[in-house]
Amino acid sequence: MTTEPGSPADAGPRGTGSQATPADAKATPADAEATAVNATEPAGDAKATVTTVPAAEPTTVPAAEPTAEPAGDLPPREIAPVPEAKPKVGLADTVFKNLTRTAGVGLLVLIALIALFLVLRASDALGENTANFFTTEDWRPNASPPYFGVAALLFGTLISAVIALLIAVPVAVGIALFITIYAPRRLAAGLGYIVDLLAAVPSVIYGLWGLLVLAPHFNGTQSWLNDYFGWIPLFDTGDNTVGRSIFLASVVLAIMILPIVAAISREVFSQVPITHREAALALGATRWEMIRTAVIPYGKPGVISASMLGLGRAMGETIAVALVLPASFNISWQILTPTGNTIAANVANGFGEANDIGRGALIASGLVLFVVTMVVNMIARAVIARRREFSGRAA
Amino acid sequence: MSTATTTPTAPVGHNPPNLRGQTLARPVLGAIAVGAVVLTGLLYLVTSIHSRLQFVLIVLLLFSVGQTVASVVVEGSRRAKDRLVTTLVFGSFLLALIPLVAVLVSVITRGAERLDGDFLTHSMRSIGARDAGGGIYHAIIGTLEQVGLASLIAVPFGLLVSIYLVEYGRGRVSRTISFFVDVLTGLPSIIAGLFVLGFWILALGQNFSGFAGALALAILMIPVVVRSSEEMLKLVPDELREASYALGIARWRTILKVVLPTALPGIVTGVMLAVARVAGETAPLLLTVFGENSINFNPFSGEQSALPLYIYSQAGQPQQFAIDRAWAAALTLIIIIMLINAIARLIARQAKIK
Repeated sequence: MTTEPGSPADAGPRGTGSQATPADAKATPADAEATAVNATEPAGDAKATVTTVPAAEPTTVPAAEPTAEPAGDLPPREIAPVPEAKPKVGLADTVFKNLTRTAGVGLLVLIALIALFLVLRASDALGENTANFFTTEDWRPNASPPYFGVAALLFGTLISAVIALLIAVPVAVGIALFITIYAPRRLAAGLGYIVDLLAAVPSVIYGLWGLLVLAPHFNGTQSWLNDYFGWIPLFDTGDNTVGRSIFLASVVLAIMILPIVAAISREVFSQVPITHREAALALGATRWEMIRTAVIPYGKPGVISASMLGLGRAMGETIAVALVLPASFNISWQILTPTGNTIAANVANGFGEANDIGRGALIASGLVLFVVTMVVNMIARAVIARRREFSGRAA
Repeated sequence: MSTATTTPTAPVGHNPPNLRGQTLARPVLGAIAVGAVVLTGLLYLVTSIHSRLQFVLIVLLLFSVGQTVASVVVEGSRRAKDRLVTTLVFGSFLLALIPLVAVLVSVITRGAERLDGDFLTHSMRSIGARDAGGGIYHAIIGTLEQVGLASLIAVPFGLLVSIYLVEYGRGRVSRTISFFVDVLTGLPSIIAGLFVLGFWILALGQNFSGFAGALALAILMIPVVVRSSEEMLKLVPDELREASYALGIARWRTILKVVLPTALPGIVTGVMLAVARVAGETAPLLLTVFGENSINFNPFSGEQSALPLYIYSQAGQPQQFAIDRAWAAALTLIIIIMLINAIARLIARQAKIK
């Protein structure tokens, strides 16, 4: 019984009717009182009443008269004559409701403020910028005249996040499949718990480990990749040596987002209706065929959105990358050589010595990151929303 | 429903009704495994590879190739594919465990060297990167105060928003809010720091302080609190609300006295998990708290330190003393976060029993 009164998706025959009625019964007298008390409030309250009612009766959606609508319900009319108690209750209810609504709207204001101040601060610095912000690779906001551009940073952000994703997602799906399908049940619960715990390890610790433990051990792997796969342009180091590279940063990021992607994928896979799986097995499918025909199609949107969330996390990750990567400002496809930087890492590294324009420039780059991660997250949410729409009540 | 999950699958995997009558015998599989190890060993002797991780990888690769070939010959391609995927899933799981366990092991072993009472009770005042000694007392105070302040801001705010979304919110406004809660969930932590920097410090002319850091952490906490409390409030049975309404109790009292207490353990769990998440945030603090070597009890004036900041600044130094301190602080931070997590799970479990 998790039905929520007004949500159209859950407008069950019983849930909404039985629930909206007492709610309206309370809300209606409150509105009537509020009209007398406060001239501005009823508009909002009346609107809320109207929107609740159509959930129960879709035919009356455009009803414009809030007072006429609940008149159809008998119970509120019967309750209405009860004297004295209502004015107090009505007021407190209005106050409380508006308090919660203010908090909700405050959240929207907060996001508007974030966008506004990033734009405001960024535009100051961008006005002083003598180079094209989107195509310049160099970052010299402290020079006079200042010139800086986000091209190399954005490139580093995207390529490191994408490589991290390419490494992490197959492994994460493997973990999720292992926990939900292959592992013995007793083991599975414990493993799921461990994955959740690992998702809580702070990124600075992954960064510390990447810098002090992984980096020294990783040069061998990178040289090996260069020796044997140097014919792939990405793994070609040219005349440079391997070192603390974009690839190393990607591996650290991959390890970091692995538990997150795995946790969400596991959640999705565990929701695959058991009947689907049993049906596939009953038809003589091998375990892999069962996964391919029953689990993957059901879980695909979830895995995609989990990956997108992981991508967003990887792009926004600051400290782990800042610790691992040496700061340099050029676009290089040689991901094994110690070059490259990301937007977030550059903020952490460059903030200490930045002057006013420098800080503005960092905020401008942060704005770019904000927009990019927001787009990625919105795509992820859209995928989830579409899945909800189509899958219906599969269980 | 969930208890029956694996029962039907397990027997099928282990004991298939094999209509061809031919299965790959266990000794054959063993032989393939041994062969893979031996072959990899030979490869290591001939070529110049040394990494241990690659050894595992190559063995895994050779084993899956050998197993697939043998299985195709004996059992046919369908079973071969199934075996291959099983090997890959087990392999990817083991592969993923290596770095994740390695992170924990290195933090625990290296951190334990330096972690003692002295380390916990001293600050870094007048101790340079080259000096031994020093501690994290000031950083622990900073973290506790900043996270505490952030919770004071984020928990009531987030709770109110979730109450609005579950109890009152209908139509476009609540859908918009719900959408932007998701947007806020995906907000990179450094952006929260940049915002507080641009708004609180640059525009309002405040100084770097623990409170500025708390503001940034609160922004990161709010969406987590909203989402988890929302889930918990939705789980409260409607019958409870209806019973309360039937007794003539006003809506706000119903929410405060019936709905919230019922959902409280779940909400507390969500809050604890949110606290655990922001306690490890470094990036926003870097831009708002700035870091400080001395003890500063007042979060409202003057720069403070924080555990993640401390780890970051110490890890950036080349000296071994600093690096040791970073590991010890990392261990402390992990212990704190795991403790919060464990308490949260404990509360959640007890709530479930009721």
